[in-house]
Parts: sequence; structure tokens; C-alpha cells
Amino acid sequence: MNNKSSRLSYLTRGIILENPTLILMIGLCPTLATSITAKDGLGMGAAASFVIIGSNLVVSLLRKLIPTSIRIPIFIIIISTFVTIIDYVLQAYQPALYRVLGVFVPLIVVNCIVLGRVEAFAYKHGVFDSFLDGLGKSLGFTLVLGVMGIIREFFGAGTLFGKIATPVWFRQYPMLLMLFPPGAFLLIGIFKALINKFMKQESL
Amino acid sequence: MPKNPGLIFLAAFLVNNILLIRYLGLCPFFGVSTSLNTAFGMSAAVLFVMLLAAWVTWFIFHIILIPANLVFLRTATFILVIASLVQFVEMFLRKNFRTLYSAMGIYLPLITTNCAILAVTFLNIDYKFNLLQATIFALGTGLGFALVIILFAALRERLDFAPINRSFRGYPIAFIAASLVSLAFLGFIGLFGLSL
Repeated sequence: MNNKSSRLSYLTRGIILENPTLILMIGLCPTLATSITAKDGLGMGAAASFVIIGSNLVVSLLRKLIPTSIRIPIFIIIISTFVTIIDYVLQAYQPALYRVLGVFVPLIVVNCIVLGRVEAFAYKHGVFDSFLDGLGKSLGFTLVLGVMGIIREFFGAGTLFGKIATPVWFRQYPMLLMLFPPGAFLLIGIFKALINKFMKQESL
Repeated sequence: MPKNPGLIFLAAFLVNNILLIRYLGLCPFFGVSTSLNTAFGMSAAVLFVMLLAAWVTWFIFHIILIPANLVFLRTATFILVIASLVQFVEMFLRKNFRTLYSAMGIYLPLITTNCAILAVTFLNIDYKFNLLQATIFALGTGLGFALVIILFAALRERLDFAPINRSFRGYPIAFIAASLVSLAFLGFIGLFGLSL
């Protein structure tokens, strides 16, 4: 458990093999809702990453003090502390992003990824391992949000990170569908099918 | 968001449908929409808890948090209150209403962390609804959830027997079906002047 390769695997497995959104199918709501543009997607990813890493760190620091029978309410209080912090920070320093993300910022508190990592990993492992695990899962989550945001923004509006990236004829008739909910469902369905095809996994 | 109760109901029920347009509560949506029976049980449980949660959090916010100047504790308070409320309701139903409990009891613990429930309580605050408007909003949202999950369960029972490419079986085709149903729901935009 303490050798280097397994430590590195805490970090890397969250990105592809145990990707929270695409493989474990948790945290779907924010992934679909906030990936309308690349910038919003990455912003949501960053906010969620702060909460995942922060609560992983605090729970693993306090893991010897938290009694098993009441651990879930304590986890929820720790998580909601971080959510409140990021909620107010975004409101103060990134008001434009906060308006777009809206109710999804406070809803990070019920994101299964956060409670799942805290319960399954941070409560049983040391601080540094928990940090690596949180970082890996956050990167995996942010990666999916970013990629979906880039694709949806490119086809839906013809821009990338707000900058014009396509010829005029493309932007005159963009695939508006991609900016609306059907596009998000379609895209994640195609992602999931590609994973089933190339990762030789039995579909569930 | 409109202020007229009738329009609030329509907006929450169809135009801004919680599942297909707002993308909330997707985990139970894909998880339990595999058969009609589970879909009915789940929607009954969600509707019931959504209404209760909307009332309880509305009173807590306006009677305790605002006068005490503790608005920043909103997130922590609401999630803990909803979690304990669900536990309490489950125990109460198990003791006093066995038939109701057997219909929706097993879904109650699952929806403690359903983001649709928590979202309704937050949106009630964000939209500055009074108690009547909050009730109508929760009712419309819960019924909208039920409508879509039941429609979708009927659809998915058919999908099980359809000849589908191996890679698309299961979740991928469910997402693509959701995409088409959601496309249909986009058609409600503009109903009585309501927008997204």
C-alpha cells in the first residue's frame, strides 16, 4: 500500500479507469447541466474539485475522531462547509460564472462523488493518499466536463472558450440542439457507447 | 419565474421540467426507470418528500435563519433537515401505514440525497416564493418528475426487446432515448408565454 506505484494509481485511476462520470455514472446532473460552454464546464469542475479535495483532506485528518455510527451526518457537515465557502467565493469574485451555474453550486453538497470518496476512501486512508485520490477523481470529473463543454460549445455556437473558431457559414446555422438539454443527453449517450465499444466492458 | 400560481405549476410541470430541462435528479431517473412498478413507487416517494421538504425548509428559512441572520448556513441546514425528515417519515410510515410503506418505503432512503429535492428547496428561496407559491412549485415539480419517469419507464421496457447494437445497449440507448423525449419537451417552450 505504501509503495510508489500504488500511490500513483490512486491519482491515475480516477481519471480514466474509475472516471466518476463516464464509468461509475455518478454526478451526472452537474455534468449535463453546466457543460454548455467550455468555460462554464471547467468552472463547475474547479468548484467541485475544491469541495472533493477539501473534504477528503479534512475527513482523513479527522478519521480517528469521527465515530462510525454518526459518520455520515459529520461528513455532510464537513462537505457543506466547503460548499458554502465556494458558494460565497464564486458569488463575490466570479459573479458571471455564478449566475450561469446557479443552483448547481450549492447542489455540490449532494453530489455522489464527494460523499462517495469521503466514505469509501478518505475515512480509511492517510492524508496524502486521500489528497491524491481526491485530485484524481476531480481531474476525471473536470476532464469530462471540459471535453463536453468544448464539443457542445464548438457545435452549438461555433466558438471555443468564447473565441470564434469556425467559418461564418458554420456559425450562421450552428447545431443549436447541442446547447439545449437534448444535445447533452445525446453526447453522453455517445460517449458511453464509445466506452462500451473500446473498453471491452459489458454494458449495464 | 412567473408569480401566478397556475403559471408556476405549468412552468414546473412541463416547461422547466425538473428531469429533462433542468437536469436534476438524473441518478434515480436512470436507476429506477427500468420498470413501471419501480417508477410509480419512486415518483410517489419523491412527490411526498418534495412537498414536505418544501414546507419544512420554507418555515426554517423564514422563521429561524433570516431573523437569526444565519442565511449562510442554508446549505448545511437544508441537507441535514431533509435527511432527518426522510428518516422520520420512513419510521412513521413503517409503524402506522404498512401498505403505503410497502409501496414506497424502500425508495425513501434513496432520495435523501436526491438533488431534485434539495434543488426545489433552494429554488423556492432563490425565486423568493411565498408559502403558497412554494407549495405549488414543489407540487408541479414532483408531478413533472412522476410524468417523465413513468413515460420513460414504459419506453425503456420496450427498449429491452429492441434489436440494438451491442455497444449501445443499456445506458447509452437510455441516454439517447432521454435526448429524444427531452427534444419533445422543448416543444412546450412558449406555452402561455413561459420561457426556459
